[in-house]
Amino acid sequence: MNPALSSTPFASDGPSTASTAVQPLLEVENVRRSFGGLVAVDGVSFRVLPGQIKGLIGPNGAGKTTLFNLVCGLLRPDAGRIAFQGRPIEGWKPYRIARAGISRTFQNPSLFLQMNVLENVMVGRHRRARRGFLGCALRLPGQAAEERAIRQAAMQQLEVVGLAHLAMFPAGSLPFGQRRLVELARALATEPRMLLLDEPASGLNTKEKEDLADLIRQIRDRGITLLLVEHDMSLVMRLADEIVVLHHGARIAEGPPQVIQNDPTVINVYLGGNLDHATSSQES
Amino acid sequence: MNLMRRIPPLLPFLLCAGVMVSLQQLMRATGTQYCLTQLTMSLYYAIVVMGLCLLMGHAGQVSLGHGAFFAIGGYTSAVLTTHNFSAWGHSSLGGWLQQGRVLIAKEDVFGNAILTVSPWAAFLAAMLLTTLVALLIGYPALRLRGHYLAMATLGFGLIVSKLLVGSTLTGAADGINGVPPWPLAGSLTVTGKTAARVQNYYIACALVLLLLLLLRNLLRSRIGRALQAIHDRETAANAMGINTAAYKLKVFLLSAWLAALAGVFFTHFTGGIGPSEAGAFKSVRYVALAAAGGMANLWGVTVVSTALNYASLRGWFGSLDNAVFGILLIVIITLAPQGPLKPLGAWLRRILGLRNLSEERLERS
Repeated sequence: MNPALSSTPFASDGPSTASTAVQPLLEVENVRRSFGGLVAVDGVSFRVLPGQIKGLIGPNGAGKTTLFNLVCGLLRPDAGRIAFQGRPIEGWKPYRIARAGISRTFQNPSLFLQMNVLENVMVGRHRRARRGFLGCALRLPGQAAEERAIRQAAMQQLEVVGLAHLAMFPAGSLPFGQRRLVELARALATEPRMLLLDEPASGLNTKEKEDLADLIRQIRDRGITLLLVEHDMSLVMRLADEIVVLHHGARIAEGPPQVIQNDPTVINVYLGGNLDHATSSQES
Repeated sequence: MNLMRRIPPLLPFLLCAGVMVSLQQLMRATGTQYCLTQLTMSLYYAIVVMGLCLLMGHAGQVSLGHGAFFAIGGYTSAVLTTHNFSAWGHSSLGGWLQQGRVLIAKEDVFGNAILTVSPWAAFLAAMLLTTLVALLIGYPALRLRGHYLAMATLGFGLIVSKLLVGSTLTGAADGINGVPPWPLAGSLTVTGKTAARVQNYYIACALVLLLLLLLRNLLRSRIGRALQAIHDRETAANAMGINTAAYKLKVFLLSAWLAALAGVFFTHFTGGIGPSEAGAFKSVRYVALAAAGGMANLWGVTVVSTALNYASLRGWFGSLDNAVFGILLIVIITLAPQGPLKPLGAWLRRILGLRNLSEERLERS
C-alpha cells in the first residue's frame, strides 16, 4: 500500500464530507486497478452527492483517467466496488452504464468525424429512442415523428452550448474548442443524471475557459451532477464543491477547495518540495 | 446523403427505374436482349455488394467471407429443390409436409415421380441456415478488429468452399444443376427460360430498387447513425449507450441475409450453382467492388458493381478478366476514393450551373 495514504491527515478521515443523510449518487469504494506491475489506481474511495460538482485532480500519471475509465466502464476494476444510485455497476459494459445515467466526454474530443455536428449530437439521443432495424427500414408509423423528436432535442442541446449555428457543419471542420462543446452537447443529449468530464478545459483559451465554467454551472443548475478531472487548478478551485486529490494512484486528500488549497501534502505533491514525501512515494 | 436533402427523396429511385427501362428498350431495339441475362445476374451480385456497403462502409466491419453466404443461400435452395425426398413420402411427417405444400411431388427428367421441397420453403430454410451460420461466425469474429476480422471471415469462406467441393450432397466440384424455377406470385417466376428473360430482368430490378429504398431508410435513421458512430469511434459510441457488440452482430446478419437472398434468386435464375461462388476470389471481388463504388455510397456501389460485373460476365475483358478488373479497381480507388458517382455528381452540378451545396450551407449558417 502507498505510505502516502496513511501519512495524510485527510485520508484518515475517510469520505468525511459526505453527509450521511443524503444517499450518494456515486460511490467508489477501495477501487484498485493495475496494468501489469503498475498499480494505476490503488484502493481509492470517494463519494459524489447529487447536485455536486466534484473535482478530481492530481499530477500527471496520478491515475485520474484510469479512475474515470473505471467509473464509466471502459476498464474493469481488479477489486473494489462502484455503485451508482445505490446499484453496483462495476464490471458493466460502458453502454449499460450510459443507459443507467452516466454520460462522459473524452480527454481528446472523440466526435464521429464522418457526420455533421447535429448528427453527432443526435447519436446522443440513441438511448432515448426505440425504433429498431425493421421499424427504421420500413419507416413504420411513428418513426418519422421519433426522428423529428431526436433532431429537435439534439438541436436544443446545441443551443445550450451555443453551437446551433454550426449544426450542419462537418464535425471534422470544427476547431478544437468547439469540438469539446459538441461532445458536451452529445453527452447532455443522453439526459444523464451524472456527467463525467475528462479535462474539459485542456487546450482551451482563457475566454473559452470562462465560457466553459459558466456552462458547467448551468449544467449543474439543471440538476446534473458533475465529476470532472481537470489540470487547470484555478478552474477546479472556482467550480468544484469538493475535490479529491490523487497521487500515484492513491487518494491523498479530499475536501472543499479552500481546505485542499492549504493542505500541506497537496502542496508538496504539486510543488514537489518535500523530500520525505518523494522518497516515501518511490518506495510504493 | 447531403444531396438527398435538397432533391425530392424518391427522384433517384425514379431516375434509376427510368435507366433500367431504357436499357431494356435499347436492347430490344438493337436486338441484343440476350444481354439481359448477364445484366440480371449482375444485379443479383450487386445485392451482395449492397450488404457489404452497409457492413464495411457504414459499420466499418470487414468481411472477406460474403461469397460463402451467397453460396449458403444458393446451395440450400438448390439442394432442397433438387434432392429427392420420396423416402419421406410415406412417413406421417412427409404427408404433413406435403399437405403444407412444403414438399411437392413432380417428375424428374426421366419421368420418375420425385418429391422435392418447394422453392418458397427452400428459400425460408436458406435464410434460416444463413441466420444460424452468420450468428455462429459473427459472434466470435466480431470481437476481432481490422485485419484479424478480415482473416477470420476469409477463413470461414475457405471452409465453406472446401465443404461444398468435398460433399457429394452439393455435387462436389460440379455443383448443382437443374434447379427448378421459383414461382414468386401469380405469373411472376424466377427462371432462366428465354421467354421469361425480360420479366426476370424486371424482377431483379424491382428487388434491387426495393432493397435500396429500405437500406436508405435504415441508414438515415438512428440505426444508421449508430452504425456510423461505431465505424468512426467505437468507444464513444458505446459511451453514448449504443450496444456496439449487438449492433455489429445485427448488421453482420443483415448483410449475410442480403448475400444469401441474392444467392437464392441467382440460383433459381441460372438454374444451378457451383462451388466457385463460395471461393475466396469471389468474396474478395465483392469487397473490391464495394471499395470501387465508394464503400459507404449505396448508389455508387450498386451502379459500379452492376456495371463491372456485367462487363466481366459479357467477357469484355476476355482471358485478362481478373487483370483488367484489378486495374479498373485500382484506377477508381486512386482517382476517386469516394466512388465515381460523387465526383460525377459534382461535375454535373458544375455543368448545370448549380452551386455547391456545402458553399450554400456555409452562407446560410
